[in-house]
Amino acid sequence: MTERPLTAMIDPAAGPPDCAAYGRAGGWRGARAALRDMTPDAVIDVVTRSTLRGRGGAGFGTGQKWSFVPKEPAATRRKYLIANADEMEPGTFKDRLLMEGNPLQLIEGMIVAGYAIQAGHGVIFLRGEYHVALDRLTRAIADARATGWLGADILGSGFGFDIHVHTSGGRYICGEETALLTALEGKRAQPRSKPPFPQVGGLWGAPSVVNNVETLCNVPHIVANGAEWFRALGLGPDGGTKLYGISGRVRRPGTWELPMGTPLREIIEQHAGGMRDGYALRALLPGGASTAFLDAGQVDVAMEYGAVEKAGSRLGTGQAILLDDRTCPIGMLHNLEHFFAQESCGWCTPCRDGLPWVERLLAAIEDGSGAPEDLDRLADHARLLGPMGRTFCAHAPGAMAPLASGLRLFRADFEAHIHQRGCPLRQAA
Amino acid sequence: MSTADAPLPPDLRADIAAMAAAEHHARMAAIPALMAVQARLGWVSDAHLADVAGLLGLSPADLDGVATFFNLVFRRPVGRHVILMCDSVSCWIMGRDALCARLCDRLGIRPGQTTADGAVTLLPIVCLGHCDHAPAMLVDRTLHGDLDEAGIDRIANALAADTPEGPPT
Repeated sequence: MTERPLTAMIDPAAGPPDCAAYGRAGGWRGARAALRDMTPDAVIDVVTRSTLRGRGGAGFGTGQKWSFVPKEPAATRRKYLIANADEMEPGTFKDRLLMEGNPLQLIEGMIVAGYAIQAGHGVIFLRGEYHVALDRLTRAIADARATGWLGADILGSGFGFDIHVHTSGGRYICGEETALLTALEGKRAQPRSKPPFPQVGGLWGAPSVVNNVETLCNVPHIVANGAEWFRALGLGPDGGTKLYGISGRVRRPGTWELPMGTPLREIIEQHAGGMRDGYALRALLPGGASTAFLDAGQVDVAMEYGAVEKAGSRLGTGQAILLDDRTCPIGMLHNLEHFFAQESCGWCTPCRDGLPWVERLLAAIEDGSGAPEDLDRLADHARLLGPMGRTFCAHAPGAMAPLASGLRLFRADFEAHIHQRGCPLRQAA
Repeated sequence: MSTADAPLPPDLRADIAAMAAAEHHARMAAIPALMAVQARLGWVSDAHLADVAGLLGLSPADLDGVATFFNLVFRRPVGRHVILMCDSVSCWIMGRDALCARLCDRLGIRPGQTTADGAVTLLPIVCLGHCDHAPAMLVDRTLHGDLDEAGIDRIANALAADTPEGPPT
C-alpha cells in the first residue's frame, strides 16, 4: 500500500490533532531527530539528498535554497523562515487542506527548516480568506508554545524559534516570494529585483527563506525517515509524494496525495472518477492558471517536473484544471487573462498595460466583435511577454503560458468566433 | 458626526500601538492594523486611515498607497454582510456567471455594490481554494460550496431576512 505521509493524520471528520495526539501518531520525530542529533548542515544535507523540490510552482531544490543562507547561529543573527500560505493560484486547493487538516505538521516543518537555516523567526503568510486555517493555525501555535515546541531553547537544544501568523490583505502577487516580503514589510506588494536573493537579503535585509506550505510539510518526514526513503516514494526521478488535484467537470473533483510522477490519466480516471456523463476532456492546465495547456491526447504524461516540462507545460502546483468539450476555450482564456490583468501589481509597463490589452482582445473575440488581426496582436503579446526577463517578475510570463498554448491548440475556435461573430457554442445553445 | 469621522476608540488605538511595538518595524503592522479597524468599524474611513498612519509613524498618503493595493481592505463603506463570490477559472467552468447573475437579481445590485438597506455588499474575488466544491463563495467568514440555484436562493432569503436588530443565524 502506498505511503501517504502528508495526509496520514488528516481526518476531516475528527479535526486536526493536538500536540499530544500528534506525537502519539508519529509526529515530532523529525524535530526531535534534527534538534537532538543533527547539525543544521546535516539537516540541509539530508533534504538536499532527498531531491525535495518546491511545491509552490517553481520547483526549486529546497536544500539548495537553504544552502545559500549565511551560517551564523540564530542567536547571533536575525533571520526569517517564512511559510508561503498565500494559496491563490486559480485551481489550487492543497495547502488549505494541509493547514486545516494538520497544522502541527506545518509547524514541525517550520521548526526543522528554521533550525537548518538557523532562523529564530517564523512567519506564516496566510491569505486573508482562509478563516478556518487561521483559527486552526492560531490554536496549534498556542498549543505548541504551551508544550515547549515553540519558544526559547526547544528540547534543550539551545535553538529558539517562534511563529507569527500574518494574514494577508489580498492580491495574488503576494505569492511571489519577493512581493511577499515587501507585503510583510507593510508596503505595496511589488516584487523586488534579484540579486540580492532573499536568502541573503530578505525581510528588512535579513536572510530569509520563503518555502511553500506543502514543501515544509515534507521536511519532518524526510528528516525522520531519511533521504532514500523519500526518494523511493516517487515513481520517477523526483522523490516524495504530491498533493494532486482535479477541478472541472469530473465526477469527483478533489485532491489526493499520490506518489510523485503518477500519470495524469490515473489521477483523472481513477481518483476523480473520470469526466461527468455527457462531457469529454478537451484540454487541461496541469498545475494551475499559469501553466500552459496540454491537449487531451497528452493525459498519459507523468505528473513530475521534468515530464510535464517535456510535454510543453509545467507541473506548477500539480492541481489540474480540466476544460471539457462543452465549455468555450476562448471564454476560459478570457477568464484567465481577466484574472492576470486584474492581479498585475502595476509596477512594470509591459505587464500593467499588456495584460489588460490581452483581456480586451479576448473579450472582443468572445462577444463577436473580433477581427482576424486580433490573433496577431495576441500572438505578439505571447511572444513579447512570455519569456522570463521582459518583465520584473514571473507574473506576465505565467499569464502568457495558457495564452500561447491556447492560440496553438484552439486556433479553429478563435477563427470560428471571428468568422461567425461570436461563440459557436452559445449560438448553438 | 458619523462613526467614520469620529476618532478611533481608545482601546483600538491601544491595540494598534501594541501591534506596532511588537513588530521589528512599526509599518509591518500596517495591514493588521487596517484589518483591526475594519473588523470593528466595517471599513477604513479617511479619518481612521490618518489615525492609523499617525500611530505607525507613516504619512496618510503612504498608508493609503498600501491600503488601496490590497483588495480585502475596504476604503468605502460596505454592508453588514460581505459576499466574496469566486470569479476564477474553476468556478467559471462550473457555471458561476449564471449564479452570480441570479444572486444580483435577488439582491437588486451588481457586483461591487451594496443593497439600499445596507445589508449586503457583493464583491468578486479570485480563486477561494475550494475548486473541488466549485462554484464557491464566502458569506462573511462562512464558505458556501457546490452552489446551485437553490443554494443561491437559500442564501439570498437568509440575507433578505437580515435586519440590523436581528442578523440571520
